[in-house]
Amino acid sequence: MSTIDNSILTLLLLVPLAGALLVALVPDRAKLPNWIALITSLVTFGLALHLPAHYDLGQGGFQFVVKTLQPWISLGGTGDGIYYHLGVDGLSLWLVVLTGLLAPIGVIASWNAIKERRKVYFALFLVQQTAMFGVFVSLDLMLYYGFWELSLVPMAILIAMYGRKDGPKAAMKFFLFTFIPSAPLLVAILWLYAKTNTFDFSTMQVLIANGSIPAGPLCWAAFAFLFAFAVKVPVFPLHGWLADSYSEAPVALAMVIAGKLGLYSMLRFHIGLFPAQAKELAPYLIALAVIGILYGACLALVQKDFWRLLAFASLGHLSLIVLGIYGFTLTGSAGAVYQILNHGVIDGAMFVLLGYLYDRYSTSEIGLYGGLAARLPRTATLFVITSLAMIGLPMLNNFVGEFLVLSSTFAGVSRSWTVAAALGVILGAAYMLWLIQRIFYGTESALVTSKPANDLHFSELIVLWPLAVLMLVMGVAPSLWFPTIEQGVRPHPHHVQFSDLVKTPSTPEMEGLR
Amino acid sequence: MNSVPDIFRILPEVVLTLTGAIIMLIDASLPPGLPRRSLGWVAAIGTTIAIWASVWQLSLPQGTGFYNTVETSAFTIFFHVLICGIVLVALLLSLDTLPEDSHHQGEYYALIVFGAVGMCLMTGAVELLVVFIALEISSISTYVLAGYRKNTARSPEAAIKYFLLGSFATAFLLYGIALTFGATGTTQIYEIARFAPTAQNHSFILAGAALMLVGILFKVSAAPFHVWTPDVYEGSPSPVVALLSTAPKAAAFAVLLRVVYEIFPSLHTLWTPLLWVVAVLSMTVGNLAALRQESVKRMLAYSSIAHAGYLLAAFAGAGTSGIAAASFYIAAYASMNVGIFAVVSVVSGYEEKLPLVQDFRGLLYRSPLLGSLLIFFLVSLVGIPFTGGFFGKFYSFTAAVGGGAVWLAIIGLLNSGLAAAYYLRLALVTAQRPLDEERQSQIANLHVGLAVAAALMFAAVATLVLGIAPGDVLHAADNGAHTLQAPPQPDSSAPTADPPPAQ
Repeated sequence: MSTIDNSILTLLLLVPLAGALLVALVPDRAKLPNWIALITSLVTFGLALHLPAHYDLGQGGFQFVVKTLQPWISLGGTGDGIYYHLGVDGLSLWLVVLTGLLAPIGVIASWNAIKERRKVYFALFLVQQTAMFGVFVSLDLMLYYGFWELSLVPMAILIAMYGRKDGPKAAMKFFLFTFIPSAPLLVAILWLYAKTNTFDFSTMQVLIANGSIPAGPLCWAAFAFLFAFAVKVPVFPLHGWLADSYSEAPVALAMVIAGKLGLYSMLRFHIGLFPAQAKELAPYLIALAVIGILYGACLALVQKDFWRLLAFASLGHLSLIVLGIYGFTLTGSAGAVYQILNHGVIDGAMFVLLGYLYDRYSTSEIGLYGGLAARLPRTATLFVITSLAMIGLPMLNNFVGEFLVLSSTFAGVSRSWTVAAALGVILGAAYMLWLIQRIFYGTESALVTSKPANDLHFSELIVLWPLAVLMLVMGVAPSLWFPTIEQGVRPHPHHVQFSDLVKTPSTPEMEGLR
Repeated sequence: MNSVPDIFRILPEVVLTLTGAIIMLIDASLPPGLPRRSLGWVAAIGTTIAIWASVWQLSLPQGTGFYNTVETSAFTIFFHVLICGIVLVALLLSLDTLPEDSHHQGEYYALIVFGAVGMCLMTGAVELLVVFIALEISSISTYVLAGYRKNTARSPEAAIKYFLLGSFATAFLLYGIALTFGATGTTQIYEIARFAPTAQNHSFILAGAALMLVGILFKVSAAPFHVWTPDVYEGSPSPVVALLSTAPKAAAFAVLLRVVYEIFPSLHTLWTPLLWVVAVLSMTVGNLAALRQESVKRMLAYSSIAHAGYLLAAFAGAGTSGIAAASFYIAAYASMNVGIFAVVSVVSGYEEKLPLVQDFRGLLYRSPLLGSLLIFFLVSLVGIPFTGGFFGKFYSFTAAVGGGAVWLAIIGLLNSGLAAAYYLRLALVTAQRPLDEERQSQIANLHVGLAVAAALMFAAVATLVLGIAPGDVLHAADNGAHTLQAPPQPDSSAPTADPPPAQ
């Protein structure tokens, strides 16, 4: 391993932090904070791309591992203490890259939208990056928890400061919704530490798998983990914070607020640590996921505000991912991870587009728009591409993930749930197409005619076209991603006695993707 | 070993006493009307020397002096440094926030320093009567300081409330000491520890211990002995509250640790449920009441009650883990609480024209430095990782879980979720755009002087270091815990059994 391989993850954490510090120190002049944030995020994206380029697929497991010899913080007593311990595997690899990709996009999307207190905004934005990278690469439970909590603070402050109507209320809701469930999570982690004397993920996985911890309390610990993650995803009925945060948060933050952190944590720390307990709860989660798909789609149909529409659309898409995760099939899990990536890309593009509309027309009320296609043809084109991807049109990325999740659910879980979930997907097409129709077609509304036509210009197009191309590439060549992902979601060898939990280890669909 | 002169055992106290006396003398010899601000610098220098003296005491072998009445050990040194550090920050804060023309500045600085003598002595004393005297020295100084703004109505009210209730609590403590003396025939802590398990009259011991507990819990403002806290904090000058909410509590917690773990370790099974209840009550009462406060100082007063509760959770931990966790929590709590009161005293000003949460609106815009520091301290009080507040809670609840009190940890952490609501409210108000320009222009002058800047930086750096690299402080707390668990032989001429604290 070269030195860069040893320090790459540390660099990923430090570069945004250093950028944040620099932004805090420079004067707020001539868009200097914007440029620093852009350069920093491009550098981090470059660093993140190093990971898939050098990940050794044959070897598998955690790579680019950093672990200090001495505990970072030793706790005395018999325990092992907290280590600075990082690493990525097939599961987290692409999520790190996705986080890296969305950072420069977020910066460019904020370029003109953020007009005041740019230093605070970009500094906190970069701290948020560090926190998210930290969540994905930490292999020490306490370190992970640290980044998990840290990710709340910049988000809450930025929602409060830049909220469109009632920022502080949305920020408070977001913070409390996600902070309070992490209290039981922390107790569960501390309890596991008291039992195992370690915070190390892999060691703990082994100790739990070989049954050295009493099963009764373990159930509660697993539930505490699940609860914290389910709120963060969010899983129906814990989604109360989502719509407010979507409509208040600045575009660059809204695109990362939901989904990947919670879903990744479910895969890694809920199913990863407590497969047996997770399996017991899986039927309930599948039911909640299907309800979430239908409920999200139905609510999205009746929203009058496009941010809220997007929020409930996201609830539906995220629920589909939960369905894939708790179906306990290899195909479903791999499809779910792929869907996390798709959701990040598509939601990101959608947020950027709606953000541009909001900047130009200062309203998010769908009813006030109409007939934009003739005036803003480029916006309309990209909007339609993104929407079609979101609906799950074949050849575009969402189709692949949705198909894998639904087909694995059909084969491995239950046909009736699959039918219900597929119904939600159809409803998804309905509300998105209706949204396009209301905003871009029909007669030009008074609002649209009152403002000068101001189509996407160059700096906006360089954000959106790459995303659109990515949607297509991820739709036609998923085999670029799947070998790594599949390795990431494979059950851990220590859980071999649970291998019966994973039905249909490999399906024809998966073979085709390899 | 036995050649350590007794005076070295109380060197920081001696330094502080001399400083206070010098300040009083200079104050008396200066002609009236001359500015007395420089006396604050004298006090700050004296306190710095006292910190140095406490650190120097690490080179002494662990042992007692003055006929087994005072002790130096890693435990006492930890608390000496902590208390003197708090006092130093409070002094720096006072230097810039007390108006130039305020009356009796000499007495003000001298009283802070004399208070520090009492608090330091409380942590070092191993003789209950000396503990009592030290407590009185510290209390009387703080009673007077609470009433320092005597031209307002609230400040004397605060002083009288604090004095009446405080004296009552001290009486409880004294009564407890008397009963313990009756049962064991001694007031020396190690002797009591030796005789208590075999004492004839066990009920005397229980009653004595319970009464002492009441007295101490009052001083740390744990529920249900907390009612004085909001009024006193609201009325006292903010720099005094910065001191009052941390240093006397640190000293009182040190005494509580001695009582629980050193004097009556045999009663630990009896303590645990009692302190469990007090901890839960303190957190819950403190947080629920804080949710409804409009005044920042009252809110922080209730928050300090809640923090006393989180701290008491550590007492569920057995032995050294509990002691170390409690000691660390005090340090973390002190650094962030002093910091936040430093910000409050600058923003609200000495006259406290802007006492309400809403008055802090737009602070981040008006003064980015103060605003971001306020948010940082609030984030630490919430208990977000990578701040001192998080690791304080972390160790405290780890000790509780380790001691089997899983439910206490769950209640505590849910409480900290509840607490996030009011801390966040203040943080979000700070980050909002300023609204009422007119009202805020009354105090447009948010001048951050050199001394206040130093105080703020001191508190912020301490909070950050305790969150990122708490290793050294935890190590010191752990050493202290070990010396408390393994007290030296009562005879000071033979302390050789114990090696000097490893540092």
